[in-house]
Amino acid sequence: MGADAAPATPVLEVENLSLSFGGIRALNGVSFAVQPGSITSVIGPNGAGKTSLFNSISGFYKSTGTVRVDGKPIDHLHPPERAKLGLARSFQNIALFRGMTVLDNIKLGRHAHMKTGLLDALFYFGRARREEVELRREVEERIIDFLEIDHIRKAPVASLPYGLQKRVELARALAMRPRLLMLDEPVAGMNREETEDMARFILDVREEWGVPVLMVEHDMGMVMDISDHVVVLNFGQMIAQGTPREVQANPEVAAAYLGTGDVADLRRRVAAETRLPETREVA
Amino acid sequence: MEMDWLLLAEVSLAGLGTGGLYALTALAFVIIYKATRVVNLAIGEILMLGAYAFFGLAAGWALPWWVAALGALAVAGVFGAVVERTIIRPMLGESPISVFMVTVGLGSMLVGVVELIWTADPHRLPEFMPNTPILIGDAFLAPKIGYGFMVAAAVIAVFVLLFRFWRGGVALRATASDQAAAYSVGINVPGVFSLAWIVACMVAAGAGILVGSIGGISSTMGVFGLSVLVVVIVGGLDSVPGALVAGLLVGLVEALAGAYLGGEFKLLATFSLLVAVLMVHPYGLFGTREIERL
Repeated sequence: MGADAAPATPVLEVENLSLSFGGIRALNGVSFAVQPGSITSVIGPNGAGKTSLFNSISGFYKSTGTVRVDGKPIDHLHPPERAKLGLARSFQNIALFRGMTVLDNIKLGRHAHMKTGLLDALFYFGRARREEVELRREVEERIIDFLEIDHIRKAPVASLPYGLQKRVELARALAMRPRLLMLDEPVAGMNREETEDMARFILDVREEWGVPVLMVEHDMGMVMDISDHVVVLNFGQMIAQGTPREVQANPEVAAAYLGTGDVADLRRRVAAETRLPETREVA
Repeated sequence: MEMDWLLLAEVSLAGLGTGGLYALTALAFVIIYKATRVVNLAIGEILMLGAYAFFGLAAGWALPWWVAALGALAVAGVFGAVVERTIIRPMLGESPISVFMVTVGLGSMLVGVVELIWTADPHRLPEFMPNTPILIGDAFLAPKIGYGFMVAAAVIAVFVLLFRFWRGGVALRATASDQAAAYSVGINVPGVFSLAWIVACMVAAGAGILVGSIGGISSTMGVFGLSVLVVVIVGGLDSVPGALVAGLLVGLVEALAGAYLGGEFKLLATFSLLVAVLMVHPYGLFGTREIERL
């Protein structure tokens, strides 16, 4: 699926986005777009501004420049309103509601869309019951089944292993009926099997839900395998973007990574990647 | 010495009755702590504000007691909204100690305002509760304490239901658990902060009306908040069930110490309980582990 092929309105457009913390420019004039139905990855060395970019798009940081969803600027919107528009995200350091069960966590994804008022809820009449039944059906039949977490639905999230917590976060994002799924390092710290599961889920989300994905990820193997479009950041600036193949061939990108000091590791990863795409090193 | 079971029963009942008011005020404290992680030491003075607002409306303006009670709750709610928006929210991200000190100052200011308007002399609230004695078996319970306890229990029950089933309650629990996650699912986190302060101040004011109608009001009645502080530390700063259990426990221990050892032992018993619980459970009986060190 060629990311730049169609002239359709991009789901997300980021234009000339800049962000400073005091004297430090975390982002400097970043522009790119996420096309409908595509998987777009943002890569770059540590500290390149990837998570800052995510936080700017979600509205956690006040940045300059323009962010558009389906062609409409959202710069004036606060984070909860952006979430209601369908910008659903996960976090690098898992942000789940600890102390609640898996099911409650996922159902909270729908919170913003529920209309139940105080009295409805107190007496559990009419709308409250209807909404609850509808929500349960969607969550249980579609999301929980799809992500294969049926066996842990009643478990408190804090008791789950890391890989499953990441999956619950994805489930909660799906419950938001996302227009765009933003995943911040969805496979960080996972072993190969978990990584492959997650990659499969991300591809399936795109196929079954038709939801485009924007992700930040360090696992080059996965990024190159499943992305349609790759955006490369370094020191807050976009130094390249294009298809995985184009980005891999870009000498500036190699230099940015070599500059981080871990030369041997990168060489090994690039070599493994070009020879055998399915046996990748796990970061 | 022969054991007087009837006396023990009466003392215990009175203790549990007071404990219900502790629990109610502790609930106000916990709501604010859960949502905003602010240790609000002004809770006793907010309780006093509620009692004085009721006194002003019921005695000063001679309004019917229920209108005055609603008015006092409204005053407290507005107070909570203004304090949260103008004092607490700008301090977001400051050290917890700074915010905690701000609430100490807020408490002193409230005492000053009350003394300016109503002087430091104690007053009695207009009578509005039935005064037929309550008999449980053979044990006699002062009607005001009994009805105060019932009101407190009813309000607490409503809140427990709201926490579980109302969207706002769920939003509060979610915000308490993880702010970033709450934001990301579309919960209006600043709105939750406001709501928590408004509701908590109204709860504290309601407790103030009950406490004031039992023992009268004065500008020092904020010390009630001291026992409430013990209650929330014993129960766990962020635990609603903890506030309830510890409220009753502290009320009972204080009453028993007061009756059998003498009034001067009340606070000693309360704080001994605090030390004992913290030695076994440093996070309180029901608290979670991430708690401020003060």
